[in-house]
Amino acid sequence: MTNQTSWEPKIIAFLCTWCSYAGADLAGVSRFQYPPNIRIVKVPCSGRVSANMILSALKSGADGVLISGCHPGDCHYISGNYFARRRFGLFSNLLDFVGIEPGRVNFSWISASEGEQFAEVVKTVTERVKKLGPATRLVKKQSVQVDRL
Amino acid sequence: MPKGSVLVVGGGIAGVQSALDLANSGFLVHLVEKTTAIGGKMSQLDKTFPTNDCSACILSPKLVECGRHFNINLLTLSDLVSLKGEPGSFTAVVRQRPRYIDPDKCIACGLCAEKCPKKVDDEYNLGISKRKAAFLSFPQAVPLKYAIDPDHCIWLKKPGKCGACVKVCPADAINFDDTEKEHILEVGSVVLALGFSPYDPSSLDFTGYGRLPNVVTAMEFERYLSPSGPCMGHMERPSDGKEPSRVAWLQCVGSRDINRSCHPYCSSVCCMFAIKQTVIAKEHAHGDFSSSIFFMDMRTHGKGFEDYYNRARKEGVNFHRARVHSVLQGKEEGDLRLRYVNEQGEICFEEFDMVVLSTGLEVNKQTVELAKMLELELDDDNFVKTDVFHPVSTSRPGIFVCGAAAEPKDIPQSVMEASAAAMEAGRILAPARWQETTVKDYPLERDVHAEAPRIGVFVCHCGTNISSVVDVDSVMEYAKTLPDVVFAQTNLFTCSQDTINQMVNIIKEQGLNRVVVASCSPRTHEPLFQETLRDAGLNKFLFEMANIRDQDSWVHRDEPEAATIKAKDLMRMAVARVRGENALPYNTVKVVKSALVIGGGIGGMTAALSFAGQDFPVTLIEQTDRLGGNANKLYRTWQADEVQPYLAETIKKINAHPQIDVRMNCQVSDVGGSVGHFTTQFSDGHSLIHGVAVMAVGGEAYKPEGEWNYLYGKNPNVHTLLEVDQMLIDGQTDFKQTGQAVFIHCVGSRIPERPWCSRVCCTHAIDSAVKLKDLNPEMDIFMLYRDIRTYGRRERIYQEARAKGIIFVRYDLDHLPSVNEANGKIIIQTHDPIVDSDITLHPDLLVLATAIQPRQESGNLSKFFKCAIDAHGFLLEAHMKLRPVDFATDGVYLAGLCHYPKPMEETIAQAKAAAARATIVLSQDEVPAESITAQVFDAKCTGCGVCVTICAYSAISMDEDKNVAMVNTDLCKGCGACVAGCRSDAMTLMNVGNEQLMAAVEAAFI
Repeated sequence: MTNQTSWEPKIIAFLCTWCSYAGADLAGVSRFQYPPNIRIVKVPCSGRVSANMILSALKSGADGVLISGCHPGDCHYISGNYFARRRFGLFSNLLDFVGIEPGRVNFSWISASEGEQFAEVVKTVTERVKKLGPATRLVKKQSVQVDRL
Repeated sequence: MPKGSVLVVGGGIAGVQSALDLANSGFLVHLVEKTTAIGGKMSQLDKTFPTNDCSACILSPKLVECGRHFNINLLTLSDLVSLKGEPGSFTAVVRQRPRYIDPDKCIACGLCAEKCPKKVDDEYNLGISKRKAAFLSFPQAVPLKYAIDPDHCIWLKKPGKCGACVKVCPADAINFDDTEKEHILEVGSVVLALGFSPYDPSSLDFTGYGRLPNVVTAMEFERYLSPSGPCMGHMERPSDGKEPSRVAWLQCVGSRDINRSCHPYCSSVCCMFAIKQTVIAKEHAHGDFSSSIFFMDMRTHGKGFEDYYNRARKEGVNFHRARVHSVLQGKEEGDLRLRYVNEQGEICFEEFDMVVLSTGLEVNKQTVELAKMLELELDDDNFVKTDVFHPVSTSRPGIFVCGAAAEPKDIPQSVMEASAAAMEAGRILAPARWQETTVKDYPLERDVHAEAPRIGVFVCHCGTNISSVVDVDSVMEYAKTLPDVVFAQTNLFTCSQDTINQMVNIIKEQGLNRVVVASCSPRTHEPLFQETLRDAGLNKFLFEMANIRDQDSWVHRDEPEAATIKAKDLMRMAVARVRGENALPYNTVKVVKSALVIGGGIGGMTAALSFAGQDFPVTLIEQTDRLGGNANKLYRTWQADEVQPYLAETIKKINAHPQIDVRMNCQVSDVGGSVGHFTTQFSDGHSLIHGVAVMAVGGEAYKPEGEWNYLYGKNPNVHTLLEVDQMLIDGQTDFKQTGQAVFIHCVGSRIPERPWCSRVCCTHAIDSAVKLKDLNPEMDIFMLYRDIRTYGRRERIYQEARAKGIIFVRYDLDHLPSVNEANGKIIIQTHDPIVDSDITLHPDLLVLATAIQPRQESGNLSKFFKCAIDAHGFLLEAHMKLRPVDFATDGVYLAGLCHYPKPMEETIAQAKAAAARATIVLSQDEVPAESITAQVFDAKCTGCGVCVTICAYSAISMDEDKNVAMVNTDLCKGCGACVAGCRSDAMTLMNVGNEQLMAAVEAAFI
C-alpha cells in the first residue's frame, strides 16, 4: 500500500516453535484479536535467528521485526535463547549505528501458555512501528517503488 | 502364550485412543463400533473447553490414523454378542449389520445420497435436520463410506420400488443383497469404551422441551453452532430462524436431581459446557448478545476451568444462582419467559429468545444390556462399576472400562482412562506383543533432487473456521499464479480421510514434489500430512504449512480483507520456503528399553508397577526417605476405602519386584539425550541410561497464611483436612468431646494468587464431616463453602451429608468468614445468604480445606527435561484435551498432582496412562530421531571453534586434521544456534537454512 493515508506496516515475526509459535496458536484458539500486520516465520529456536536474517528482513521491505523465544531458563534447547539475548543486545548497538530507529526491531519472550500476552505484544509492536512510519533505511531502492500490498 | 490381540468396544474418543495406544505398542486391535462411523459424541461438538479448539479438527487426525492403521481392524455397524473364555484367551462373537454399500467400491462421491428420494431425521444432528436413507453421518467420517439405512430405504422395504442410488452410483457399490456377517475373534483382553447418552428432558414438563420449539438441549445447541451442523454455523433459533440475542442456559437438567430424573449424580461436564457455549455463541452473534446461566453450584474444577469461568464473568455472562421454576411462552411469538426465585428470595420473570438445557449424561441402554451379557457389576447409577484403586478394571478379569461408561466425565479424563485401559489390556498380553501385527510398508520414495520444483497447494476451509473470514477461493486461485505451483485446490476439511486419500492420488498424478497445506497449525496437523506424503512416495520433509487459521482467521475475525491478504502472504511464504527444501534422511535412535520414574508417591509407584508388569526394567527415585508421598497422609477415599492398607501393599509390591530399582533420597541433577536414549545424573552420584521418563513429583498442601490463616497454628483446635486425616488414621481421637465442628472450604483456592480450584477438597471435606458425624452423631457440623464441587458420583456423599444433618452455609469472596478467639474459644462470624443474616458459630474444631499447589521442584525438573510449565506452576501437557499425559517433548510423560490437583483414582489412571504412552516407545526397537540437523561446509569453515562452544549438546567437535568443525548427527537436536553463531556462514541447518528462511521472508514482500 503505497498510498500514505492507508499505509499499514508489515512486520516479520521470527517465532520459536516450542514457546512463542505455540503462544501464537493459543492466541488463535482463545480468539484474542490482534492487528493483521505480522507475518510469522517459524524457526526451531530464537537462537537460530541471526543478525543477518533481521537485516535481510529489513532489506526486503519489513517495516518492523519481532523475534520471540521461550522465557530465559525455559529454552527447549537448553540455552538457545540466552545466545539470542546476548546476540541481540550487541546487535541493537549496530542497528543504532546504521540508523535503524529503536522500536523497529523488537524482542520478547512468550511461552506456550501466554496467548493473551502474544496478542498484546503484537498490538504494542504494531503500534510502535506505525508511529515510526515506513522503514526506508535499508530497503533496496527498487523495492520502494513496487506495490508492497 | 496369551493372544496378541485386543477387542475394543466403542468408537468414540476413548475407544479410538485405546485402540491407537494398543496398536502402536504391538497389538492387533479389533475396534467395534455400533454406528456407521467412529468419532462418537466428540465429533458432534462444535468447540471444546477450555481451549476453544475446534472439536472436529483436533479429533480428525486421530480418526484418520485409526482408519488407516495397519493393526486396527475397524468393524462398524457391529455389536459384541458374546464373549467366552478368560484373560489371555477370549473368544468374541461380533455381529456386523449390512451396510448395503460395498466399502471397497464406494468412492464417497455422494451421488446416492443426492438422488435418494427418502428423507429421514438426521440423528447425527439430533433430528434437527434431515438426511437421506443413503447417507454419510458427517463430512470427516471414518470410514468415509456411505451406508443405506434399512429402516427407511424404499427398495429394502419394497424391492423393485426405487433403486435410484443403483442407477447413479458410478462405482457399482450399491449391494441390496448385503447380509449380516458374524466375526469370531480370538482376543486376549477387552476394553469397553461404551460412552454415554445425553439425558432426554422430554419428561420434564417445566422446561417446555418438546412443547416450546426454542427450548433446545445443549447437544442440539452444539449442532446449531457447528459449521457442519444444520445451520452451517449460523446461530438460528428453531421456530423462525431468527438469530437469538438473549439466551439462557439451565443447568442440572437430569443431573443432581432425585425427584424427577432419578439421577442423583452430577454430570461433571455441563457447567463448563454451558460457559463454553456462552463464549462461542457470543462469537457467532452479529449484534448485541447476552447470556445467562442458571445454576446451583458452578463446577469448574478442572485444569484451566476456573480461569475460563472468571473470564466469562468478566466478559459479562450473567450467572444466576437459581433453579428455574418454569419456562413459559414469552410475550413475543417464539420468545420464552423464565420464572425463578433470585438469591434475595424474590420471584422474577425474564424474557429470552432461546433456552438451552444443560442436559446430563446417563448410561447407554446398550451398556446395561452388554454388562448383563458380560456379567459385569454396575453401580447404583448403572455405570460400569470400578473402584478407586483400580479405576479402569471391571468386576471381570481381562475386561477393562474407560470413559463416561464408568462415570460422567470430560474428554481429557476419558482419554487418560483410555490409555490406562490400554496399558492394563496390554500388560496381561505383554509376551505376545508384535505376534499378530503386521508392519506398514511405505512405497519407495521418489528421488526428486534433480527435478524442477512442482508444488501443490491445498487450501482448507476448515468447515467455516477459515472460510467465514478468509476468501479461501481467492487464496487458491492466487496460488495457481505463483511460480512452480502446478496444482492448487480447496478442501472443506483437508484432514478428512477422503481428502487425505485424494491428496495421495493428486501427488502421484500431478507428479508433485513439494506440498503446501494452508490450514491450521503444523503443531497439530503436520504429522498427518507428512504421513500422507510418505504414502504417496514423497519424502515427508518436502512439506510446509501456512497457518491461516490459528494465526489468521481466528485472530482477525473482523478484518476479512486484511486476513485474506495475510493468508495469501503466508501461503506464498510457505511456497517459497518449500521450494528450497530437500529430502532428508529418516534418522533413528535405538531404544533403551527401560524407564525412569521420578517421584515415589502413588502416581510414581503405579507407573513403576505398570512398566515392571510388562517386564521393562524401571528405576524409581524418591527425594525423601519414604515412599508414598501425599498418600501417607490420607485416611480414606470418598468411597470409604482406607488408603493406608492399599499404600502398604503397593510399597511392598514395589520393594519386592525384581524389575524395580528404588532409590531413596535421590534427585535428578542433570539430563542429556532424548526419547529412546536419555542419560540422567542423580544427586547420589549415580547415572542412568533410559528410554523414557515419567514425572510424578506430586503437589503440596498450601499452608494457610495472611487472610486465609484463620488462626491456623495459633489455636490448637484449628486443623487442616490432612491433619484431621492423621487423627483418623491414628484412631486415638473419638471426637466425642467435639460438640460443634466447622469446615471452611477453598482456603487459598480460587483466589487471585491461586486462581484454580483444588478439585478434591469439597469431596474430602464432606467425607471427613460424614466420618466425624458417624463417630459422634451428636456433633453439629457446619460447612462454609463457595460452591460445592462434588462432581460425578461424588455428589452422593454430598447428599448423604445433608441427609445426616450437616449444614451448608455459602460464603463469597466479598463476605469471607471471620475467625477470632476469646479465651481460647474459636468464634466464627459469617453471612448466611439464605436467611440473609450474620450468624456466629462457636466450634470446638475448625477444619481448613486448604489448596493444593505445585511443588517448586516441578519447575526445576521441567527444565532438565525441556518440558513446559503453565502460568500457575503446574506441568503443562502437550495438549489439554487429547494429550493429557504427554509433554510436547517426546519420551517424557506426567501423572498426578504435578499436572493438576486430583483425587487418587485419577492419579492412578493418569499414571497408568503415562505408562501406556511410554510403552509405545519402549515396545519399539528404534524411534525416529531428529532429521533436521546441522551441516558444515568444509570449504567455508575457518575452524574458529565458536560452534563447538555454542552447541548445548556437545554435538560439534573439531576435525583436527582438516581444521574444520564436524557435526555428530546422533547428538544434534536441530536448534540452529550454531548456524546463527557461525562467523563465516559455513554452518547450515538442513531445510531450515538461510536459503529457505530468507526465501520465506523475501516472499512476504513480493
